[in-house]
Order: sequence, then C-alpha cells, then structure tokens
Amino acid sequence: MTHQPLVKIYLYSKFERFWHWVQSALIILLLVTGFEVHGSFAWLGFMAAVDLHNTIGLTWLILFVFIVFWLFVTGEYKQYIPTTRKLLEVVRYYASGIFRGEPHPVRKSRVAKHNPMQRLTYLGLTAVLLPVQMATGLLYWSYNDWPAWGLDGFLSLKVLALVHLIGGFAILIFLIVHVYMTTTGHTVTAHIAAMFSGWEEVPEGEEVEDWERMSERR
Amino acid sequence: MDCLVCHEQTGTYRKFPSGAGYPAPYVEDPANPGTQKGVPFPGESKSYFAPDWSRVAQSVARPSRMNCGTCHFYGGGGDAVKHGDLDSTMGRPPKTLDVHMGTRESGGQDFTCVRCHTTHSHHIAGRIYETPAAAERKSLLQDDLGDKILCESCHGTEPHQSGGMSDKINDHTDTVSCQACHIPEFARAQSTKMWWDWSKAGQLMDGKEVVMGPDGKSVFDRKKGEFRWEKNVVPEYYWFDGTLDHVTVADPIDPTAEVWLNRPQGSADDPNSRIMPFKVHRAMAPYDKVNKVMVIPHLFPFNKDDDTAYWKGYDWNRAIEVGMEKAGQPYSGEYGFVETTYVFPTTHMVAPKNEALPCEACHSRQSRLAGITEVYMPGRDTFAMVDAAGWVGVTGAMVAVIIHGLMRFVSGLRRKEE
Ligand code: HEC
Ligand code: HEC
Ligand code: HEC
Ligand code: HEC
Ligand code: HEC
Ligand code: HEC
Ligand code: HEM
Repeated sequence: MTHQPLVKIYLYSKFERFWHWVQSALIILLLVTGFEVHGSFAWLGFMAAVDLHNTIGLTWLILFVFIVFWLFVTGEYKQYIPTTRKLLEVVRYYASGIFRGEPHPVRKSRVAKHNPMQRLTYLGLTAVLLPVQMATGLLYWSYNDWPAWGLDGFLSLKVLALVHLIGGFAILIFLIVHVYMTTTGHTVTAHIAAMFSGWEEVPEGEEVEDWERMSERR
Repeated sequence: MDCLVCHEQTGTYRKFPSGAGYPAPYVEDPANPGTQKGVPFPGESKSYFAPDWSRVAQSVARPSRMNCGTCHFYGGGGDAVKHGDLDSTMGRPPKTLDVHMGTRESGGQDFTCVRCHTTHSHHIAGRIYETPAAAERKSLLQDDLGDKILCESCHGTEPHQSGGMSDKINDHTDTVSCQACHIPEFARAQSTKMWWDWSKAGQLMDGKEVVMGPDGKSVFDRKKGEFRWEKNVVPEYYWFDGTLDHVTVADPIDPTAEVWLNRPQGSADDPNSRIMPFKVHRAMAPYDKVNKVMVIPHLFPFNKDDDTAYWKGYDWNRAIEVGMEKAGQPYSGEYGFVETTYVFPTTHMVAPKNEALPCEACHSRQSRLAGITEVYMPGRDTFAMVDAAGWVGVTGAMVAVIIHGLMRFVSGLRRKEE
C-alpha cells in the first residue's frame, strides 16, 4: 500500500467508541429481530422477537438522546457538516485509485475525522434514516394508544409499517457497505482496530487543508 | 314447557325417538306383569320405555350440564352434529377439554352451564339470535342480569397479568376475541359433523343403506345423504358483534355461490366486534331453482301411509311440495342442490392456558387469520414489491463489496509482483 511512514493520532474518544459499538450491537439486534417480526425467517420465535425488538428499540432511543447531546456539547456535530469539496476525488479513489495503490485523497485527522463521502452518508444516517426509523418505531410501539392520543384518524399501521420496513432495508444495506469500507485502511483491520483503541494510524506529514477543519469553522 | 328436561337428575328421562315430543307411554308387558314392554318406533328395532316418574320427579334440582345437554349436545339429531363445542363429552369433561366445566379431579372448575348462562326468571343469558350486540363489555359485578354473558364478565378486559408479553396480549382484546386464542381447536374429544350432502340421499352407497365411518359415526345414510365428520378442527375466523343474520325460506338466494344460511354480523370498523372462531358446517341442500329460495322438504312421515315424506317415498319433488305447502310458501316444482354454510360460534371447550394459540398461528405467512384482511398484522402481511426491492438491494450490496474486495486483492498481488 502506501510507503509513507505512519503516525498515530487519537481520533475517537472513549464515549464515541462506547456509543459506536453499543449502537452497532443494538442496530444489528434490531435488524435481526425486526426481520424476524417481519416474517423473513424464524429463529427466536415471534413472541421473543417482538419482546427483544421493543426492549432494544427503547434502549437505543435512550442511548441516542445521549449521543445527540454529546455531539452538540462537544461540537463534534460539525464533523458531519456536509461538503462537496473533494467528494468526486473520494468517489474516484474508491472506484479506481484504490486498486492502483494510490493514497487516499483526504487524510483523517483529529479535526476532520470523516472524508466528504462519509460526512454525507453519516449525516443522512444520523439526521434522517435513524430518526425516521426511531419515530416510526416509536409510533408502531404505541399503536394501542393511538385512539387515546387522537392519532387513529390519520395514521395507518400499514403505511407506518411500510416506512419502517423500507428504513430497515436501508439500514441493512448501509451496514453491509459500511462494514466493508472499514476494511479499506492501510491494512484490512486498521480502521476497526482504531474504533476499539481510539488511535488511528495515518500517513505522516500531510497537512489538513483549511476547508476540512471543523473546530475553527464558525 | 317441559320442566323435567332441565330439572330432573336421574338421567333416565328420555323422549322418543329423537329427544323431542313426549316420553314413551307406559305399556305393561303381558308376559311379565309389573315391567314395561317398551314401545317401538316405526321403522326402528329399538324399543322405548316410559321413565320411572316418581324417581324422576323426586330428583328435581338445579339444572346440571347433562340437563341442558339433553338438547344442546344433541342438536341436529345426534351427538356433536351441530355444535363443535357442545357434545356429550362435555357432561364430564377433563380440564384439558374445558377449563371451566372440567371436573375438579382434573383441575377444572366443574362449572354448570348456568354458572355462566345466568338466569333470571327463566330467561337464560347468552342468546345470539334476538338480542342486539353487546354494546359494552361489562363485568358481572356491574351488571349480573345482562342479556349477554361474555368471558369479560368474569375475567375483565385485561386478564393477562403474569408479566412478559402479557401487555401485548391484553392489547389484542379490543380486536381479537378471547375464544380466538383460547379455543385453538374444537371437537377435541369426539368428531363433529362438518359436511352433509343431501343430494346423495335416496341412493345406496356400496349397495348399503347406512355406511359407518372409522369412528363409529355414519358417513352415509340413505335417508340423509353423505356426511363428513372431523375431530380437532381448526375454526374459521370472522368479525362478530354477537349477532347472527339468518336466511329464511322467504329470502332470495344466489345459487351460483355458497349460500350463507346464517352469517356472523360485525366488521373491523365496529368497536364492539371481535375476530371470533366459528365452526362452519357446509352442506349440499335442496333449493327452488325458479324462485331461488331454500326449500323445506317434508321428511318425517305423518303416518304409516304417507309416502310424500322423503324418508318414505324418496321423492324430492313431492317431499318439497308438501313441505313448502305446510310452511305456506310457493314452490315452482323444480329443485336443485346448492352448497350452503351454517356457522356456529365457538365459545366452549376453552383449553388450558398453556395451550392458548402461539403468536405464530396468526403472525406468520401461514396465518389462520388469512381471511381477516382489514387489519395489518406484522409477520403475516408484507409488501411484495418492497420485500423484493429490499432483498435485491441487500444482495446487490453484498455482491458489490465482494467484487470490490476481490479487485483490491488481485490488484494488490499484481502490484507486489512489480
Ligand atoms: C331450559 C331449562 C329449564 C326448563 C325447561 C325449566 N327450568 Fe326451572 N330453572 C332453570 C334454571 C337454569 C334455573 C336457575 C338455576 C340456578 O340459579 O342455579 C331454574 C330455576 C328454577 C326454580 C328455582 C327458582 C328460580 O326461579 O330461580 C324453580 C322453582 C323452577 N326452575 C321450576 C321450573 C318449572 C316448574 C319448570 C316447568 C314449567 C321449569 N323450571 C322449567 C332451567 C329450566
Ligand atoms: C365459561 C362460561 C360458560 C359455560 C360454563 C357455558 N357457556 Fe355457553 N356460552 C358462554 C358464552 C360466553 C357464550 C357466548 C354468548 C354471546 O356471545 O352472547 C355462550 C354461548 C352459548 C350458546 C349459544 C352460542 C353457541 O355456541 O351456539 C349456547 C347454546 C350455549 N352457550 C350453551 C351452553 C351449554 C349447554 C352449556 C353447558 C354444557 C354452556 N353453554 C356452558 C359461556 C359459557
Ligand atoms: C328442551 C330442550 C332444551 C333444554 C333442556 C335446554 N335448551 Fe337451551 N335452547 C333450546 C332450543 C331449541 C334453543 C333455540 C331456541 C331459540 O332460539 O329460541 C335454545 C337456546 C339456548 C340459548 C341461546 C342460543 C342462541 O344461539 O341464541 C342458550 C344460551 C341456551 N339455550 C342455554 C341453555 C341452558 C344453559 C340450558 C340448561 C339450563 C338449556 N339451554 C336447556 C333447547 C333447550
Ligand atoms: C362465570 C365466570 C367465568 C366466565 C364467564 C369465564 N371464566 Fe374463565 N375462569 C373462571 C374461573 C373461576 C377460572 C379459574 C380461576 C383461575 O384459574 O384463575 C377461570 C379460568 C380460565 C382460564 C385459565 C385456565 C387455566 O389453564 O388455568 C382461561 C384461559 C379462561 N378462564 C378463559 C375464559 C374464556 C375464554 C372465557 C369465555 C369463553 C371465560 N374464561 C369465561 C371464570 C369464568
Ligand atoms: C392474542 C391471544 C390471546 C387473547 C386475545 C386472549 N388471550 Fe388469554 N392468554 C393467552 C396466552 C398466550 C396465555 C398464556 C400466557 C399468559 O398467562 O400470559 C393466556 C392466559 C390467560 C389466562 C390465564 C392467566 C393466568 O395468568 O393464569 C386467562 C384467565 C385468560 N388468558 C383469559 C383471557 C380472556 C378472558 C380473554 C379475552 C378478554 C383472553 N384471555 C384473550 C392468549 C390470549
Ligand atoms: C388469534 C390471532 C392472534 C394471535 C394468536 C396473536 N395476535 Fe397479534 N395481532 C392479531 C391481530 C388481528 C392484530 C391486528 C390488531 C389491530 O390492528 O388492531 C395483531 C396485531 C399485533 C401487533 C401489532 C399491533 C400492536 O399491537 O403493536 C403486534 C406487535 C402483535 N400482534 C403481537 C403479538 C404477539 C407478541 C402475540 C403472541 C403473544 C400475538 N400477537 C398473538 C392477531 C393475533
Ligand atoms: C435499526 C433500527 C431498526 C430496524 C432495522 C427495525 C426493523 C424492523 C422491522 C423490519 C420490523 C418489521 C416490520 C413489519 O413487518 O411490520 C420492525 C417492527 C417493529 N419495530 Fe423496528 N426497527 C428498528 C428500530 C426500532 C425502534 C427504535 C423501535 C421503537 C421502539 C422499533 C419498534 C418496532 C415495533 C413496535 C415493531 C412492531 C413489532 C413489535 O412490536 O416489535 N423499531 N422493526
């Protein structure tokens, strides 16, 4: 791969690593139990799947509140502010450069953890897909209270389930691509190891370009 | 009204020959003075005896299950013919057959019928025909003289309190009847009649007038046609508000489809309707081809020489003519057979709680509730297009990353060689 010497930088804080791994475990369990509830396969049994799905769904909602709180308190949300600069380069890199051993066009750094493609995907995920999944899930869960809340007039369980199902598929597809992308570091396990230790190895001496910096931006 | 059917307890009070009319008269046997000779019924070899009136009269008590069963277990002319959930096995059932009427020894509650069918001046609660739908699911504590008895009368609407998924089960009680989950199958102790083909009557089967099936019940009878009996039957499910709508001889029918002689009333939009299990008895029955109405054939001979009766003359046309005339209805003279259905709500034979329906019985692609299309049910319902697109997307993503990975691997090897 790259012949440049590597340096270690501290990318992911403890809380960030914690929520990343807990959230991934919860999402995988939600996928498994959700698709069992949907009838795609039979494993735990419908009752256990419903029970687990609801418990994990609610747990995750609580965790998510903390995550969003952390993102704003630390200002890390700015990591997700979308940009199109170098987006094409990144796309081109994954489509061809990567096979020729070219270096990644955007270096990871403390102040710019995500490349432009990641920013867009993660923003879409955290700001749209996951919240939609949570909102539809929460409404699904409270189905029996709709009449009391006056929601039964305009909400239909069928439509709600449809949106929740489409969200489920989208998250599953994201997960497959996401897991694969983590293997594209300088070694197959580099990115994954970084998410455990917090330390990522990046090529030495590359400057972070101004537009990438997040903390200086106001 | 005959008081003794309901109040005597000897079990010897029999009417002849079909449980209706009067008991046999006392006829002394000239050969053995003091004993009965017995009265034969025309066309039958069996003799009928008069009851021991003094024993019967002295036994009078509150009605037992057998008293009510005298009529209700044998409806339609035989044991388990009509109801799939009321037959002679309910006289002394084990708890596994009925948790309420089950004997004490087997762990049941030994309820009599009137424990649930509360009476008030001989007005027995639980009528389906005339009383309007239960507008409220009241507890007996609130109204113990109501016309409607319901499971909720004793158990309330939230009977599941043992933790776990109990809340989710309670969530169902506003759409799914208690019976739907608690009576997974009916006719669990003996088979019940599910099919009756009148069009086969009048002929012989394998040269015989009566053919018995494997469980000792007739599957063919020259007088009545062909029958099918089934045990452990899975009910059919319909919305039900507690009332049934009936077709009478005066109502026009559509002979090109199944004719529902009675039909559960209720709908998904009605908050008082529930999804209820039914025994659906199907039959081929005679109808008037021109007037398009069901007909009443004259079956039972009025006297020895009455061969207009179907069971004597085996001539449908004459039997229908006489039967319709007696009923004061017109008959065109042309009859045919049409498939009919008759429904019986299933309410008795509540199984022990650990045999209640598992979720998958309803929440799976093979759902029992396939016919209940008005509600969305996870696990049963899906969106074929979304499922197809979704799995194509998932497979596509897998294939794409595998190809991408392989290309990285191969190009990496090639670069090493250079
Ligand atoms: C359809 C069955 C049935 C028939 C027929 C019937 N009864 Fe009853 N009878 C009952 C029931 C049920 C009770 C209430 C028992 C209980 O509360 O445990 C009852 C109760 C009674 C009582 C007790 C007082 C009361 O009103 O609670 C008397 C007396 C009585 N019946 C007399 C008669 C007489 C006389 C006849 C004939 C005219 C008759 N019964 C016919 C079912 C019947
Ligand atoms: C555990 C309580 C309970 C017991 C015990 C009970 N029933 Fe019922 N029965 C019901 C309920 C509930 C209904 C439904 C009433 C309604 O929908 O209005 C019903 C309905 C009926 C019906 C009319 C509906 C049908 O099934 O066709 C008949 C007939 C009947 N019962 C007879 C009996 C007889 C006979 C006995 C005794 C062998 C008996 N019941 C014992 C609760 C009971
Ligand atoms: C003499 C025969 C006979 C006896 C004994 C008898 N019944 Fe009935 N019962 C009938 C008939 C026939 C009907 C239907 C007539 C009608 O709808 O008016 C009926 C109707 C009913 C119904 C309403 C069914 C419906 O679908 O609406 C209930 C409930 C019922 N009986 C309960 C009982 C109970 C409880 C006992 C015992 C105390 C009992 N019956 C004893 C003949 C009997
Ligand atoms: C007259 C009151 C009464 C009515 C009506 C009644 N029940 Fe019950 N039921 C009881 C009693 C009493 C018990 C036994 C107490 C217990 O085990 O909690 C019982 C127990 C049960 C059980 C638990 C059985 C077990 O395995 O231990 C189930 C399930 C049940 N009933 C369902 C029903 C259904 C369904 C209906 C309507 C068809 C119904 N009940 C109507 C009084 C009633
Ligand atoms: C969706 C299916 C479903 C419906 C609807 C349902 N039940 Fe149950 N019920 C169950 C299952 C499963 C159990 C056993 C597990 C449990 O006890 O929670 C049970 C248990 C019970 C028990 C025993 C409870 C105990 O803890 O001993 C009673 C009593 C009972 N049901 C009565 C009713 C009555 C009355 C209704 C109608 C108001 C009803 N059920 C409706 C599925 C159902
Ligand atoms: C007798 C069939 C039947 C059985 C058994 C049954 N359900 Fe249901 N379930 C239904 C019906 C019908 C609906 C739709 C209700 C509605 O739309 O109001 C439903 C809806 C649901 C829903 C979606 C609506 C909601 O309340 O969130 C869930 C989740 C559910 N059931 C879970 C379960 C679980 C868990 C079990 C097993 C303990 C179970 N069901 C057993 C018939 C059944
Ligand atoms: C990664 C996130 C999630 C995924 C992938 C997911 C997936 C699914 C799927 C596929 C279904 C079946 C839908 C159907 O066939 O009708 C389902 C059902 C359901 N989901 Fe989710 N879900 C997620 C999050 C949530 C959350 C946060 C909640 C909120 C508590 C929730 C609540 C529900 C409920 C209530 C049902 C109906 C079955 C039940 O009661 O368990 N889901 N989910």
